[in-house]
Amino acid sequence: MAPKKKLTFEQSMARLEEIVALLERGEAPLEQSLTLFEEGAGLLGSCSTLLDQAEQKVTLLRAGADGAPVEEAFEGDV
Amino acid sequence: MREQTILSPTQVSQYIKNVMDRDRLLSAVMVRGELSNYKMYPSGHHYFSLKDSEGTLRCVMFRGDASGIRFRPENGMRVIATGRVTVFPRDGQYQLYCNHLTVDGIGDLHVAFEQCKERLMKEGLFDPSSKKMLPVFPRKIALITSPAGAAVRDMIRILGDRYPMAHVCVLPVHVQGDGAAEEIAAAIGWANYYQVADLIIAGRGGGSMEDLWAFNEESVAHAIFQSDIPVISAVGHEPDVTIADLVADLRASTPSNAAELAVPDSKELIGWLMGAKNVMERSMTQRLDGHRRDINRLSNARVMSNPQRYFRDKRMLLDYQSNKLSQGLDMNLRKERERFAGIAAKLDALSPLKVLGRGYSIARNQEGDVISSKENITIGEKLTLRLSDGSINCRVESL
Repeated sequence: MAPKKKLTFEQSMARLEEIVALLERGEAPLEQSLTLFEEGAGLLGSCSTLLDQAEQKVTLLRAGADGAPVEEAFEGDV
Repeated sequence: MREQTILSPTQVSQYIKNVMDRDRLLSAVMVRGELSNYKMYPSGHHYFSLKDSEGTLRCVMFRGDASGIRFRPENGMRVIATGRVTVFPRDGQYQLYCNHLTVDGIGDLHVAFEQCKERLMKEGLFDPSSKKMLPVFPRKIALITSPAGAAVRDMIRILGDRYPMAHVCVLPVHVQGDGAAEEIAAAIGWANYYQVADLIIAGRGGGSMEDLWAFNEESVAHAIFQSDIPVISAVGHEPDVTIADLVADLRASTPSNAAELAVPDSKELIGWLMGAKNVMERSMTQRLDGHRRDINRLSNARVMSNPQRYFRDKRMLLDYQSNKLSQGLDMNLRKERERFAGIAAKLDALSPLKVLGRGYSIARNQEGDVISSKENITIGEKLTLRLSDGSINCRVESL
């Protein structure tokens, strides 16, 4: 059944696709369909919000003294 | 006869050398011919001959000059060799001291490209089976390119327009000039080592074949091939195909095209989500309408439309049956009572109490045994006599 942990966007989209297919087929018992519908509505909401509110993040990555990545602001022309 | 000066072989060679070295044509000559007998020595010097249909010219190219050759010289190749012709006094032979060697006609970069392509193809670097799948929804995209210039800005803008959810990080490298290929290769390796992204776009804007050359180097090709992170190549303009393009998991025709291929379009995703919402709601509505119809049909049935009548009927049946039951019980009870009276009368007739009523009594000793003979009785023993209406205690006086 529905996993309760936080899904990534990719996992959410995949699960949503699955739910839409299940509901469209209409073979699940009513009780389960309602649960699926509820889960689907939740995923729809969270995915739409992520897409609507996303703001691009751009950084510059350089190797620090130990070689590990250090993030800096990307100013364009460096 | 005039007295002649007698010369040593070295002096002759030296004389010829002096003559030749003064010659302007021979001091800077370009020779077109076919390579033959090409040999690279461990010292780094190259030795070969240039020939045409009739003659042959011996050539040498010293290490410093030979390291500048972009392609791999092969016998039979038509080349133009530049240098000076002079004598090597020890052998007494003249040869071309070549300082520059290029491929005749198509240009040596093209030749180098074709040679590299063939070599890497044999090594399996272009095999479709080793291409990796790109993530559908990348979370972090590494741009391995110059941080200056239009290419990086175009990519950032298009990625932001289409899919701002992806974090873009720029790994700055030189994309042309000495060491550019090594920098690009190192950045790809570094990105993998520290897992800085789940997708790499490596590339640069347009330029000459010379400008794009770093993306034709084997070091870049191997870095792309070994990358666990999928790589999109984005080099130059549409017609430019580099070795990097052939090794990459996906070839984009330009940096802008790479940005378009790298991520889905949020607008399309939102469209899909709306579609999914409609399908879900329609499926659910249909489902619920169906159940509602079933409920209506059932509620029209008699038991649902007039439940009181149903219960009244059942109640009447219940009353009737409980009546019958209690009648049956009464009857049974009466019969049993009569039977009991009969048995009791029979019992009464047999009862010893009846006998006692006629004046008999039952004697028992202290142990409660019934005394039916004078044996085993001692004088002074206590006996209990059971009479019809009770018991009396007595003592045996005599036997």
